[in-house]
Amino acid sequence: MTLSVDESFAAKPIDPHLRQQVLILYLGTSALDSEVIGWSRYDGTGRSRPTMGDSDEPPFRTGLDALLAGWRLIQMSQLMPHQPGHEYDVSYLPYEFVFERLVETSR
Amino acid sequence: MTATVDREHLLSSVEMAHFVSHGAFALQAVVPEEMNERAIEVLDAGIPGYPYGTPLDTAFPTGTFVRELLDLPAIAGAVQSLVGPDPVIDHHAVHIRPPRGGEAQNMHGDAILDTRTDAFDMQLMYYPREVTLEQGGTLSVPGTHLRRINQTGIGRYQNLAGQTRLTCPAGTVVFLHHGIWHGGRRNDSDVARYMFKIRFNPTVRQLRLWNTDDIDDPAVVETLRTSFGWTNANEGRLELVNRAKLWRVLTGDQLFDIDNYLTREQLRPQFVAPGATDVRLGSNATAGGWGL
Repeated sequence: MTLSVDESFAAKPIDPHLRQQVLILYLGTSALDSEVIGWSRYDGTGRSRPTMGDSDEPPFRTGLDALLAGWRLIQMSQLMPHQPGHEYDVSYLPYEFVFERLVETSR
Repeated sequence: MTATVDREHLLSSVEMAHFVSHGAFALQAVVPEEMNERAIEVLDAGIPGYPYGTPLDTAFPTGTFVRELLDLPAIAGAVQSLVGPDPVIDHHAVHIRPPRGGEAQNMHGDAILDTRTDAFDMQLMYYPREVTLEQGGTLSVPGTHLRRINQTGIGRYQNLAGQTRLTCPAGTVVFLHHGIWHGGRRNDSDVARYMFKIRFNPTVRQLRLWNTDDIDDPAVVETLRTSFGWTNANEGRLELVNRAKLWRVLTGDQLFDIDNYLTREQLRPQFVAPGATDVRLGSNATAGGWGL
């Protein structure tokens, strides 16, 4: 029997008690063990609401420190070549590392 | 036509360098208390809007509160130093954040991605009341104004090392480069937060508009080199290059540099040294090709 897409995607997950917490670190260089210069958090448990300007001190000193604390790295930004004629232009922060961990929730 | 400001009220070169490195410059408690008290009533009543590019005399003629504010010598001097005489009003807005009100904005740059490298708009922000940490004053990230981003494309950035939350005494006026990354914060206090903003467009080339008497003061370059937490690693030198480029625009000095980055890039000598061998010698063989 074929379900509709909505029906199939409404199926109960195997880990309904788990939620994702996301940590995004912006590092000084492309090296994972370089210093954190920016940080953002999103809380899938709904227990907290991280927002812009919620802290002045980074949660970790380096990206590697996040690994040591149990965060799992799920993505890092690619190294893009500088566009000819725009080598000195600056824009979005180039060294972004996305981490996650799964935590229990009562829901 | 506004009167040209007396030179003594213009910004100094070191103060301009501060604006170029930070993207912001503040005059703390520059507005007299008597005016700050009147401001609340004026801002509560609202200030009518005008089309983009409206001259100052049309939008805020003599006799209006805003003109009185802009005619304070220190404010007039800063405005003229940054955007020149007779700037026009891009737009203005009254922001009143009620007690316990609002949500933190995501980080953003105002308007839209701005491609100008030879001009900038200035945003004046006037705070008639003291802004405390609890009132959630504007968070901004010094030094980000030269990074080209589009609006809330940076909304994912919640915190950057070196960010500042504005706290200031009543009557403070802050002057911002249009490109600075910032966001309004939640007001967690029991007092309404007042801010009046005007965005100015220049009508003259932004060339040596300030008091340049101290142009050769070593503190100018020192101030241009200011680093912030987020610039401490790989991005820092690129920021210095972009500040040097802006300082070249503002001073007309096309040889100005910080740390030789722009100078070194121009070192492409074309003079052939007397000892160089003839280019025809041993350099004209065609490629061998497959199997040869």
